[in-house]
This record gives sequence, C-alpha cells and structure tokens, in this order.
Amino acid sequence: MQNDWLYIGLFLVIATLIPVAALVTSWLVSPKKNNPIKQSTYECGMETVGENWIQFKAQYYIFALVFLVFDVETVFLFPWAVSLGKLSLFAVLEGIVFVLILIAGLVYAWRKGMLEWV
Amino acid sequence: MTAMQIFFLIVGLVILGSALMVVTTHNLIHAALWLIVTLFGVAVLYAILNASFLAVVQVVVYIGAIAILFIFAVMLTRKEIRDHGPQLNSGWWLNVIIALLTFGGLLWMLQSWNGFSKTAADFPSSYDAVGQLGKALISPDAFVLPFEVASVLLLAALVGAVYIAFNPHSGDFRK
Amino acid sequence: MNFWYDPVNFIAHWLTSLLTGWGVAGWIASVIIQLIGVVLLISLMMVFDIFLVWVERKVVARFQDRLGPNRVGPFGIFQPFADIIKLIIKEDITPAGADKVVYNLAPILSMMSVLLLWAIIPLAPVIFGVDLNVGALYIVAAGSIGTLSIIMAAWSSNNKYALIGAFRQVAVLISFEIPMIATMLIPTILAGSMGMNEIVQGQQTVWYVVLAPMAAIIFMIAAIAELGRSPFDLNEAESEIVAGFHIEYTGMKFGLFFAGELLHAFTFGGFWAILFLGGYHFFGLENLGPLVAVIILLAKAMFGYWVIMWIKYTMMRIRIDHMLAFNWKFLTPLAFVLLMLTALMNTLLRGTSTGVYILGMLLTNVLLGWIIVEILRGYSRGERQKTEGVAPATATAHR
Repeated sequence: MQNDWLYIGLFLVIATLIPVAALVTSWLVSPKKNNPIKQSTYECGMETVGENWIQFKAQYYIFALVFLVFDVETVFLFPWAVSLGKLSLFAVLEGIVFVLILIAGLVYAWRKGMLEWV
Repeated sequence: MTAMQIFFLIVGLVILGSALMVVTTHNLIHAALWLIVTLFGVAVLYAILNASFLAVVQVVVYIGAIAILFIFAVMLTRKEIRDHGPQLNSGWWLNVIIALLTFGGLLWMLQSWNGFSKTAADFPSSYDAVGQLGKALISPDAFVLPFEVASVLLLAALVGAVYIAFNPHSGDFRK
Repeated sequence: MNFWYDPVNFIAHWLTSLLTGWGVAGWIASVIIQLIGVVLLISLMMVFDIFLVWVERKVVARFQDRLGPNRVGPFGIFQPFADIIKLIIKEDITPAGADKVVYNLAPILSMMSVLLLWAIIPLAPVIFGVDLNVGALYIVAAGSIGTLSIIMAAWSSNNKYALIGAFRQVAVLISFEIPMIATMLIPTILAGSMGMNEIVQGQQTVWYVVLAPMAAIIFMIAAIAELGRSPFDLNEAESEIVAGFHIEYTGMKFGLFFAGELLHAFTFGGFWAILFLGGYHFFGLENLGPLVAVIILLAKAMFGYWVIMWIKYTMMRIRIDHMLAFNWKFLTPLAFVLLMLTALMNTLLRGTSTGVYILGMLLTNVLLGWIIVEILRGYSRGERQKTEGVAPATATAHR
C-alpha cells in the first residue's frame, strides 16, 4: 500500500486538527457573555443602512468564465511541458499552436470589451 | 475486506451522501458547498487509484474554477436563496419503485462479474504517468487532433460567453 | 546510513525495527511513522509561524523608521506569545444571522490549505514530506481551497462589506492564478518534471532565475496577488472596508486567518526559492549535510519573504479595475508569450553546450523584456499625448 497520497491524507487530517485544537482551546478559556448589541452586524459602529443584500456586478461572473477557460488550457499544457525535453520541434510547434488559438480568444474578448470593469 | 476496500466504501458513502444533500437541501449556497464535498470525494477516489494528475486536476478545475463559478452564479441571480416550495414530486413513490427496480436489475447483471474481488494493479514506481500522457497528447498517431480540437472547443466557449454577455441594444454589456 | 547524512531514514528504520519488535504489523508501523513525521512537520511549521509574526512586526517597524516590539523579552522576541495568549482569551462573538457551520469552518480551511503546502517542499535532498510527481498543480489545488475559504467566510458572516471585499478578492485571486500557473510551467519545461524534488535537482548547475528571470519576476508578482498582500490587498483594505472578509471574526479565528496569511507568504517565498533560486543548492555547500541544506532553503525562503514584505510596505494599493486590467491585458499575454519562447528556445538550444544554452535563454528573456519596455513606453507616450494634447518636443520649444 505504498501510496504517496496516504501521506497527503494524513497531512490533511492533522492539518485540520491543529486549527481545531486552537479553536477548542480558545472556546474553553474565553468568556461567554452574549448580548444582542455585540452580535449585531458590524458597519463601522453605526446601525446598518439598507438591506443586507446588494446587487452584485455581473462582471465577476464574466471574469470567472474567462478564468475557467484559461485554467483548463493551462491544465492541458502541463503534460506537454513535462515531456517537452524528450520530444522533437514538431511537438513544440503543436503546443505553440494550442496556446496561440487561446491567445486569439483572449484578444477577441479584449477587443469586444469583455475585460473592462465598468 | 482489506483496508483499501473499507476506505473506498467510506469515500463512496461520503460521495453519495453529499450528492443527496445537494439535491435535498433548502439553501442554494449549502447545495454548492455539498457539491464541493462530492467533487473532493471524487478527487480522493482518483488519489486512491494512484492517478495523481487526475486527482489534482479534479481539485484545480472542478473545485477551483467550476464550483466558484457556481457560487458566483448563485449569488448574482437572486436575493431569495432559500427554496420554500415542496421538495418532492407529487408521484414520488412511483419514482422510488422504478429506481429500486433499475438498481436490482443492475445488481443481478453484475453479480457474475469478477471485477468486484480484483484489486487494482500496482504501478511500477518509476512509471512516469504525466510524461506518457504528454507524449500521447502530441504524437501524430495518438491524440494530437483531439488536443488541438480541445483548444478550438475552449475558444468556442470563450466566444459563446462573449456573445451571451453582449447586449446588442446598448452595444455594451448587460449590467 | 548514518544519522548526519540521512536523518529521516535513519530514524524511520530505527522506529520500524522497534515497532515490529513489539509485534506491530508492518504496514501499521509505516503508517504510524508517517503520522509521526506529519505531526513533527506541522508542529515545526506552526512554531515557525509564531516566529514569523515577530519578524513581520520588526521588519514593518524598520521600514517605517521605528523600532517595533522591544519590551517583551530581548528584542521583543516573546511578543508573538503575548499576542497568542491575548487572542485565545478573547470572547468569541458570532454575529446574528451567521451560518454557524460554515462560519466556523472557514478559518480552519484557510489554515489547512496553507499547511498542506508544506507536504511537498523539499527541505533537503533527503528531507521532504512526499515526492509528489504533480507538485506544481498541487500548489494550485491547495490555493483553490484557500480561495473557497474566503468565499465561505464572507458569505457566512451575513455582512455586505465582507461580501464586497471577498468578491473583489476572489476575482483577483482567480485572475492572477493564470500567470502564476503559466510561469510555473517554465521550470517544469526546464526540469522536465512537475515534482518539486526534480525541479530543485535540475538547478544543480545553474539556477533557473538566470535561465528565466522574467518568469521569476512574473511569478513573484502573481504570488503577491495570490497572497492577498499589498499592493493587491483588497481583502483587508483597512481604509476602505475595514477588514474585508474577516470583519466579523474575533479572537483565535481571526488569529488563524492572520497567522495563516503570514505563513502563506513565507511558503510562497519558499516556492519562489525552490522554483527559481535553486532550492537548497548553494555552490556545493549543501553536500555538507541535510541540516545545512535545510538552513540554506529556509534562508532563501526568508529572503523571498523579505522581498514580499518590502513590496508590501513600499507600494500603494492598486484599484480593482487597474489590477484586473494589469492581469488580463498585460501579465497573461506576457506569461504565455514567455512560455512559448522558452519552449522554443529550449528545444532549439537543447543540444548545445551549457554556456551557449545559458546565454541563449538569458538573451531571450532580456530581449523580451526590452521589447515589452519599448511597447509600454510607446503606449504611455500615446496616453500622455492624449491627455496633454501636445507633443513633448513642441511644448519645450514654446517655453
């Protein structure tokens, strides 16, 4: 059962337990005197103005979409990069074509104004 | 039952349980977070099978990009993110019976398959999985055409996103 | 093997023989030994994290021409312990309407995602957690868990300022991941592997900062944005939205966010050292023993951390639209062009001698940098003419 990921799994468990231990220590020794004023939402010391919900810009979603496309592209590039040392120039050119197609996509999105934060 | 099988059963139960919570919880953000648990469970399955590259790609692409996209979409659409309507269909007992019958049929078909008691073959420790994948992706008699077509597909997705977000009336983007 | 040259394996063998001597099964013994290694590594990192709080406060004080903490212990070295005691005994206030489970889970996930990174760092040729052959993507995966914890923290706080800060921060985080991954591809190409151990071993003759200096610079910029530190620190823009996504966190939960951010910065200083500055290599000094190699790596990581702090305490915060424009219109195309050029030059110069190879790669980077500077000069000249309306030459002639 020699698996690299067993170590990572143990690491995950212990790395979760240590902050939990810190929080439990804090919960044990801290005072607990709740009142409604302390629990109200913080807005620089004033009463909250308006509802607790704001209209978010659609621009966040656009950036997340563009990020998704480029994330998948870079994930595809990793196997190419690892085996590049043993391959011919043709392989390099294939990878360059891959990247150029997506750079063209980025330039298209740029020219259409999708990358503005208006 | 070896330790691997017990561990696989636990991970499988976690995946199924969190997938069930995705569709039955009332709060949309909670549904997105349960989906993240499901995706992480699948990544753990890949890690058990020693498919390291797939496990990290699962976390990077699914949890790091797609789940965040889901959460953005949920927060951008509606103020009311709690679903107050009825959670079950009106004829739900019929659906349960059909699902159980299908499951029984699948079990009966698979009972003679010997794959349940086989363990996965161990990789030799010097096996360079990512390097082999890279060689396969660019050699002309393996997968170079799907590799390049994948980039064209991503370009199509980008162009599609631009088109959807572009409002032709104002010549600009919908806010 | 003796203790000095191979400490981890020596102790592991001794413990294995001890445990199997007591009748424990072989695989349980190996799991227990791995568990002991994990606990040791994480405990060392948490202790180091405490030390980092002191370093941060002293360095920021020196940058601001003052002394920093110097009362508690010699040179104020026990100050972080006083900070921790204060944070532990503070009352834990949960805001009304907060989602309890997600609210408590967020700081734990944030700290966990930073600690996970230390599993793959090669501290010495024989001291490392695990030699994962997908180390570069593992860094990105751990970073994405951290991104998730920011959204969870902000949404569960039931506070619209927390949500504003977190959304801007997450938009910056995901945007700057692209140049970071693209520049991480360059040491992968040069070393032929994604694993951190192989990348460090590939730098035995020459550090990758000589072969790809522009990649090192872009990685540092993207890493500072990933950390959420100034000049990209929208998450805690103190003058704007008080404390960003951790407004509603008190006591030790805030302590976990804060200490996690410092440790994250130090970890990325470490990754900058591993990917570009040669890791534990230092002109053959690391062959004296693994402990010397550990000290070399930690010194380089501290140098990277000092560069990050230097930039933080010198530069002003950048506006969100400038940040995103800087990333998508400058860094991302530049990173991909650099990647293509490096791949091309690496294959063309592969057969030549070492000196020609080094010179070729260095000249490619310098040439690309010069072209970029010329493009930027032309662009800024055009912008200046648009705002001022006259060409500079005629302006001086009319004086």
